[in-house]
Amino acid sequence: MLSRVAENLYWMARYLERAEDLARLINVNSNLVLDLPRRVHFGWQPLLEITGGEEEFGALYEALDERNVVRFLVADRRYSGSIISSLDFARENLRTTRDIVPREVWERLNDLFLNARQRTASGVPKRARYAFLNTLISDCQQITGLLAGTMSRTESYWFVKTGRYLERADMTSRILDVRTEDLLVESTDELTPFANIQWMSVLKSLTAYQMYRHHVRLRVRAPDVLQFLIKDPLFPRAVTHCLGEVNACLQHIPRCEGPVHEVSKLQRRLKRTNVKNLHEADLHRFLDRLQVAIAGLHDEINTTWFAVDA
Amino acid sequence: MIDWKDYDSAGTWDELIGPGGRPRAPARELSRYLRSLSDDELRERKDAAELAILVMGITFTVYDEEGGSIDRAWPFDIIPRIIARSEWDRISEGLVQRVHALNLFIADLYGEQRIVRDKVFPGELLSDSKNFRPQCVGVVPANGTWAHICGSDLVRDADGTVYVLEDNLRVPSGVSYMLENRQVMKRTFPELFGEQAIMPVDDYATQLLEMLSSLSTRARNPVVVVLTPGIYNSAYFEHSYLAQQMGCQLVEGRDLVVGDDEHVYMRTIGGLEHVDVIYRRIDDLFIDPEVFDPDSMIGVPGLMRSWRAGKVALANAPGSGVADDKVVYSFVPEIIRYYLGEDPIIPNVPTFRCMDPLQREHVLKNLDKLVVKPANESGGYGMLIGPQSTKKQRDEFARLIQRDPRNYIAQPTLSLSSAPTLVGDGVCEPRHVDLRPFILSGPSPYVTMGGLTRVALRKGSLVVNSSQGGGSKDTWIVDMEAS
Repeated sequence: MLSRVAENLYWMARYLERAEDLARLINVNSNLVLDLPRRVHFGWQPLLEITGGEEEFGALYEALDERNVVRFLVADRRYSGSIISSLDFARENLRTTRDIVPREVWERLNDLFLNARQRTASGVPKRARYAFLNTLISDCQQITGLLAGTMSRTESYWFVKTGRYLERADMTSRILDVRTEDLLVESTDELTPFANIQWMSVLKSLTAYQMYRHHVRLRVRAPDVLQFLIKDPLFPRAVTHCLGEVNACLQHIPRCEGPVHEVSKLQRRLKRTNVKNLHEADLHRFLDRLQVAIAGLHDEINTTWFAVDA
Repeated sequence: MIDWKDYDSAGTWDELIGPGGRPRAPARELSRYLRSLSDDELRERKDAAELAILVMGITFTVYDEEGGSIDRAWPFDIIPRIIARSEWDRISEGLVQRVHALNLFIADLYGEQRIVRDKVFPGELLSDSKNFRPQCVGVVPANGTWAHICGSDLVRDADGTVYVLEDNLRVPSGVSYMLENRQVMKRTFPELFGEQAIMPVDDYATQLLEMLSSLSTRARNPVVVVLTPGIYNSAYFEHSYLAQQMGCQLVEGRDLVVGDDEHVYMRTIGGLEHVDVIYRRIDDLFIDPEVFDPDSMIGVPGLMRSWRAGKVALANAPGSGVADDKVVYSFVPEIIRYYLGEDPIIPNVPTFRCMDPLQREHVLKNLDKLVVKPANESGGYGMLIGPQSTKKQRDEFARLIQRDPRNYIAQPTLSLSSAPTLVGDGVCEPRHVDLRPFILSGPSPYVTMGGLTRVALRKGSLVVNSSQGGGSKDTWIVDMEAS
């Protein structure tokens, strides 16, 4: 398999996962904002932090309000982290690897991008937003399903899956990082009655609420949520589960020793850490280090397979 | 509803509808079917076809002025162009004859040059040919064949005669649209395919892979790759499509490297892998910066060394374009007679060579009636269409011809046949068409069933190129004895 192609497939999956995760996040945030009292200054800023787009947003927009943030994150092609840009990059990466992936996948992704571009051309009106994002999420899921159901388990497939789970682990850690910051630090008395629904929203943005309920059977409490989303081995969006999947995928690829070593190290570290005991600054530091380690894993994958020289 | 009585293709030969609005025999079934559709039903079919094209992602790339590029769906007309199997078999035979002779000609030019010695082909044409590559002299490529893949453009004049207009021996494109058009038609008009014997076109990729594999010196599982300039090339869609259909790697120059042993390798996740055959879709001048354009970013340094040493096969062989020249074109009938001792089965369009003083004089006097073409351009660029030209354009071409007569030929304006094309709700009008079949020269020759029909969508226009307002149609070879 060509190194260039492996790289494109890996990034195609990462961008597709990023678009889907972002859509979930925006949907849940929209919902949450409706439940919170107006005087609480909770809003759209955290979403910019999660995607790391604060600076670019500031350069492009004046008011930090819902309309602008949603437009920026969903439909703004000037921002490389927006949903539409992610879909565009996913499509461009797939375009050069069309001969590898089942044709239906290209057709769906092409269709998804063209549709999204058309439907967001004149903004994303509040009333249509939920339906639009939901369709988008299920379209992404459909592509993931197509890949799972039609692609032979060759290296191509393992690169796709590695990209997806690495991105997901990264997104989950980012969501936790930003959300725990405002939830744990800024827990004023005024917010307390609403803390519960905010933690629920964290779960919901990862579509984890139902699974959490089955698993934890207690009322939604911060330490349990953290424990579940970071350390649960079975829930497919939990960091531990994602890294387990990455490890399993890497095993199928030749010359995988370096990357496998890297991911195993990270898994061991996660296992040792008692998440429930972490508070505020410690938690923040932990999540920061986790993200750095995920980036390091990516670098290892890159030097092992993508940058081959004669 | 379509009424063929109102259909008027005056002055041209129409491929489907004969005099008096009577459908030609192989098109009868289709015309009956089209008449049975209401305007709404017809529109539904058209919309369905357009949707299929969009969903399938069939595109070509056009460049905008800022140097960026965008993908466009290539306009497709749902009414197919139809040719009887019996007529096609004869054309097919003529194409095989032609390409066989051209291959002998190219081999001769890079070998003994008998045809020059025998004064059938003027030697001076070679010395100032833009596509003759001295670097290829003395090379004997695998199987002795140079142009493994040829796309010849056919046109039909008002009296029904089919001519070869040009032969594309460098990197002919369009075959993927032929294949995709058929897929779209099967999705859109499944009922028609059950009713009659429309010859299938789908085996092209298999034939191509077989031909390419035959070029390898390694008998077992040779590694064949398709070499593309990259996603910004206008035919990238096709490169990717063919690689996919053949189950080959689609590589870019940067994926390949020539080793110290002069073998070609590709960079893979498992390390370097040996490559036997390269179906290259990059022009000669860019394939190897060591030998040709040193600034080429899309080529592979050392590729020519490897090819000359017989370590890798290239299709088409570098230098094949020498026979692609429009002045060389005018010699093809003589070339066929010289190498094969046969008369050409398909005629050439009568062609004036501006290098000849008498013919040049005739051309300069008749610029308003002739089509003038530069010898080495493709894609319809740099042409003068006399009857549609302005005085200023004609003066410009007169200057160009006088400055570089070797580089120009002229031909009478053919009236190019037409085919019914949907232009509005239930309204068909004649639009001009040509046809590009593809010929593979492997151990046994292969010609596509039909080819790519290109259609000039603007009323009266003769320019069928995708980059200049052309579209395409599916091409049906109908076997009337089989149905």
